[in-house]
Amino acid sequence: MNREENEGTGPALTKPAVDEDLLHELVAHLRDSRTQLREEWVRRITEAKLLGVMTPEEIFSEVTAVYDNYVDALETGSVETLQAYARDLSERIIPRGVDTDEVLSIVLLLRDVLARSLFAIYRDDAALLDRILDSYEPAANRIMVTVGVSFVEERERVIREQQESIRELSTPVLQVRERLLILPIIGALDAQRARQLTEQLLGAIQANRARVVVIDVTGVATIDVDVANHLVQTVEAARLMGAGAIITGLSSKIAQTLVDLGVDLGMMHTVGDLQGGLEEAERLLVSDSYSAERSGASADA
Amino acid sequence: MSVAILSQGEHLIASIQSDLSDPEILIFRDELTERVGRERARGVIVDVSALDVIDSFVARSLQSLAEIARLRGAETVIVGIRPDVAIALVQFNLDLRPLKTALDLDEAREVLGRLKGGVNGE
Amino acid sequence: MENEVVVDITSDSDLVTARAEARALATRLGFSRTDATLIATAVSEIARNIVVHVGRGQIVMHLVREERRHGFVAIATDDGPGIRDIDSALAEGNASRGGLGLGLPGARRLMDEFEVDRGLERGTTVTMTRWRVLDELELLRERRRDESAR
Repeated sequence: MNREENEGTGPALTKPAVDEDLLHELVAHLRDSRTQLREEWVRRITEAKLLGVMTPEEIFSEVTAVYDNYVDALETGSVETLQAYARDLSERIIPRGVDTDEVLSIVLLLRDVLARSLFAIYRDDAALLDRILDSYEPAANRIMVTVGVSFVEERERVIREQQESIRELSTPVLQVRERLLILPIIGALDAQRARQLTEQLLGAIQANRARVVVIDVTGVATIDVDVANHLVQTVEAARLMGAGAIITGLSSKIAQTLVDLGVDLGMMHTVGDLQGGLEEAERLLVSDSYSAERSGASADA
Repeated sequence: MSVAILSQGEHLIASIQSDLSDPEILIFRDELTERVGRERARGVIVDVSALDVIDSFVARSLQSLAEIARLRGAETVIVGIRPDVAIALVQFNLDLRPLKTALDLDEAREVLGRLKGGVNGE
Repeated sequence: MENEVVVDITSDSDLVTARAEARALATRLGFSRTDATLIATAVSEIARNIVVHVGRGQIVMHLVREERRHGFVAIATDDGPGIRDIDSALAEGNASRGGLGLGLPGARRLMDEFEVDRGLERGTTVTMTRWRVLDELELLRERRRDESAR
């Protein structure tokens, strides 16, 4: 059902035919020495005081997974699995405060631990060591870039989400009293700003359990057809969330524009000025709770 | 199917817990309205807060649900329409005004209470 | 990164999948919660259009990159023959889903671009796009990516 397309950033792995065997030998060695190389890596992580926010057990289990994914990526030349794992890991550790430089440092440490291990084995044969490192280093670099990029992208995604939340919270919507919100709109309205205001208004309705919102357009000089439609839709959307909207400050000019655009003003609850609108809102809220009390009384009777 | 229908006094509270296919929505609608008749419910609250997407079919099904429930003596209130879903809903050429809505269950009970109060007061 | 998703549409339950995949992909591609919902809703409509009119088809969703904005593109294709059969299907009607005309116009309003191509012998293709303007950080990254590609 689903196809994936790889976006492929970074240099391609160079794998000349003769080094295929070397690569296999290298990977085999890294797998055989898995336990001790992992321990060495954890030792150096602790020594460098990295991953302080994680417990030793957590570090061990993540380290195991990263090591295996790393060696697999070396062997296959494909970083897809590693990418997926890196994103998953990032999702888990970013909320715990792990920084980008920590992540890069840890991967660098692994790279170093493995390189030293290869050096120790092959150092008596300089030429062979050269070829081994030629096979190892491009792959290791690509892995590091992959992990780093995944982490950064995940972090940016989190930041963007947070920004959206902040935007929703820092709103021009004012809570007058319980259940009553005012949205004073001032200045020119373009489609994008109108959209933003709608989202903020609806978010505020949800957060404040508002039942009435007063949208004051006294400060708006003109509106075009898009904004007019937007206003109507906003009123409807607010109602779908259980809040009634009162439009105030409609100049005769704007009212005429709306009529000309075919907006059914009869569908919108409009009041001349903000003060009048607030009084009307109060009346609505009081009469609602009044009826609720009455029905409560009749239920008791 | 991921729908739960509870009886609470004269009210039926139905919550849709995950996205439903079109036939499943119709089954839900029919089950709920059947219970309205069977249990003589006076009010129905449908909680759609778990729905990330409410498209024209769901909207029309909710409309017909409310109409059928009214014929059987119950008023319906839809709760839990999220801001992003509300913005999407108003793009359809559906007149959703007959559909009563509230922010959450407590509000919905208040709405149903007001409606009842209105009838009793006359 | 998974920037393209294909959903086969052959049954009613595939609409549920299409909605979920559309929303997930839009979120992955950086669209806001509201945009992702609008997109998923539009995808739901065109998916239903396939099931109801023809019975089988496919929706391909992918990203399109422009200098200052990114677009979510959904392409719905159906396996059926073209306009003649669609008309007759509409004439018969589909009792349980009356009022079919609401879906596609709604989808059109939800998206920024919307095109229907009714092939006579091939099936119908609906292509729709919703754009989002990149923020500063993204613009910078796009520029760097373009530069390194040269």
